[in-house]
Amino acid sequence: MSWLETLRTGVNGVRSHRLRSSLTVLGILIGIAGVIIAVGLGEGASGQVTSEINALGSNVLTITPGSSTSSSGIRQALGSASTLTMADVSALSSPVDAPDVKAVAPITSQTEVLTAGSETATTSVQGTTPNWLSVRGRTLAEGRFIDSQDLQDHAAVAVLGATTASELFTRGDPVGQSVDVNGTPVTVVGVLTSSGASSSSSSTSDPDDTLIIPITTGAERIFGGTSRNSVSSIAVQARSSADLTGAYQEADHLLLELHGITNPTEADFTITSEQSLIAANTSVDHTLTILLGGIAAISLIVGGIGVMNIMLVSVTERIREIGLRKALGATPRVIRRQFLVEASVLGVIGGILGVAAGMLGVIYLPGLIGDPISTSPTAAVGALAIALAIGVLFGVYPASRAAALAPIDALRSE
Amino acid sequence: MTVTPPQGTPALTTLAPVIDLERVTKVYRTGSLSVAALRGVSLTIEEGEYVAIIGPSGSGKSTLMHILGCLDVPSAGRYHLAGDDVSHMSETALAEVRNRRIGFVFQQFNLLPSMTAWQNVELPLAYAGVSRSERKARAVEALGRVGLAGRIHHRPGELSGGQQQRVAVARALVTEPDLILADEPTGNLDSGSAADVMRLMGELHDAGRTLVLITHDAEVASAAGRVVGIRDGLLSERDESHLESQSIR
Repeated sequence: MSWLETLRTGVNGVRSHRLRSSLTVLGILIGIAGVIIAVGLGEGASGQVTSEINALGSNVLTITPGSSTSSSGIRQALGSASTLTMADVSALSSPVDAPDVKAVAPITSQTEVLTAGSETATTSVQGTTPNWLSVRGRTLAEGRFIDSQDLQDHAAVAVLGATTASELFTRGDPVGQSVDVNGTPVTVVGVLTSSGASSSSSSTSDPDDTLIIPITTGAERIFGGTSRNSVSSIAVQARSSADLTGAYQEADHLLLELHGITNPTEADFTITSEQSLIAANTSVDHTLTILLGGIAAISLIVGGIGVMNIMLVSVTERIREIGLRKALGATPRVIRRQFLVEASVLGVIGGILGVAAGMLGVIYLPGLIGDPISTSPTAAVGALAIALAIGVLFGVYPASRAAALAPIDALRSE
Repeated sequence: MTVTPPQGTPALTTLAPVIDLERVTKVYRTGSLSVAALRGVSLTIEEGEYVAIIGPSGSGKSTLMHILGCLDVPSAGRYHLAGDDVSHMSETALAEVRNRRIGFVFQQFNLLPSMTAWQNVELPLAYAGVSRSERKARAVEALGRVGLAGRIHHRPGELSGGQQQRVAVARALVTEPDLILADEPTGNLDSGSAADVMRLMGELHDAGRTLVLITHDAEVASAAGRVVGIRDGLLSERDESHLESQSIR
């Protein structure tokens, strides 16, 4: 009997037990759909985090005050008096002392209330230098960024993040308008393009919800405070990601020397690489994907056991049919094939419907849960292959049982 | 005895008897207990014969039927079916022998309920590897021979018992086998349908088929040209002219 004949017989067998077949198919369907959605969720989450981190700039080191190695706790009570100053910034900017550093951007930041007409918003106000734009890898949607003239003049100008701009100026062009920052009016000269990292649910602060002013303006007119020279953090851009380690060592060495610290474990600053963040987050998401995938895989195995169970029931129930087919000349091999094909047909139908259900989930679930799910054709094809493999794998035992039945035993049964 | 080879039967089979059993025994073992169902049976059936094997339940007639039908192999002794020794064949080889040489008619009809009459009839041809179009033509033709030309698209559930058994006979015929083996073919039928089926058997015999009928019913057996009794695993020829087939251990 040819494979086509066997397939026809198998499909017939599946069709003649509709309810039972559909329940078995349902088990596989759920497993396959689960795999596709789980893998999609995992990949979607890691894609989101990676794009968020990339938006911060991946060649960038961030220097923050305080020590991560100190256990005293005193030095970590920061904010009141930052240990980083503009002197550190100029030292890091030296091409001689720090050849691997491409650009340096000091940042002072504070949360302030902004007012524009009748709209108010609370946002992170960041004082910085023109370098910030390239160091952070950002672009402008309109207008211009703060320039060195603004810096020199302590100019009352500001650049808005996309979110802040839309919050304060629901209508009309923000550029040229005036915003009150903690009572000080500044003129909007530009708006940043959205960073692309939609992070409403993320723990990292929204990079689009910000107001950028010249660092001198901030120190002079807005933040006030004790030390006009201190900065909240310093962003250091390496020449390339390959130079990141070099830049790290140069920055570390320079700052230790400037701060007069001989023992590196007593450093009063911390240097973080964005890449270490990416690595940490990627591994978290990797774990998440494995976990979700594992759960889905278990449900697939359960589906497979369902196939085996149904096929065993089917063999027992159709023992007379098997006996008859054998009496009519079906060889054990043909009987084995028939049941294997039936199990595979169940698996493949479950797989196709499961992929369809998974795709629907991938399309509609993000709207409900607010997390992105990425579609992966590889996962879909893989899931189909798995479904077929499950049908075959869990069909082998029942099929062999059917093939091994003695025709007289099969015919005799009532 | 009539030796009229049916159409399509290879000439080779005319040389050897269709069935040649030589001191066949069958012993079933369950644990330490062994039961001898056949205790040395010898039987020769020539081509074109119509033989009834009659015996009460427990006589060993089912076992004999299984061995004649190549559904089981003897514990000892030889069985030549149309010249070929089938006593030690593998399961796969036996399947082929059943497919090509034997047509079965069972008491319970054993039709597949999800298939139409012609699909049931073409089943043995499918296992023989006959092409689809030829299969359908031959199945329809066989159903015509048993008088069911108008029922080819009916499922077994839509047919009467007698009609179902006629479908089963058509299925037994369709491969042009050397032997048609009927196991209590009238056991599940009312007397009218039973007479119908027995008439059909008679027609097949007249057409030159070799028929073996296994039954417990003397009236059914009387339709056959030759009656062989079985009791306690031993055969006894009822027809004096075949005494030589009898074997006493």
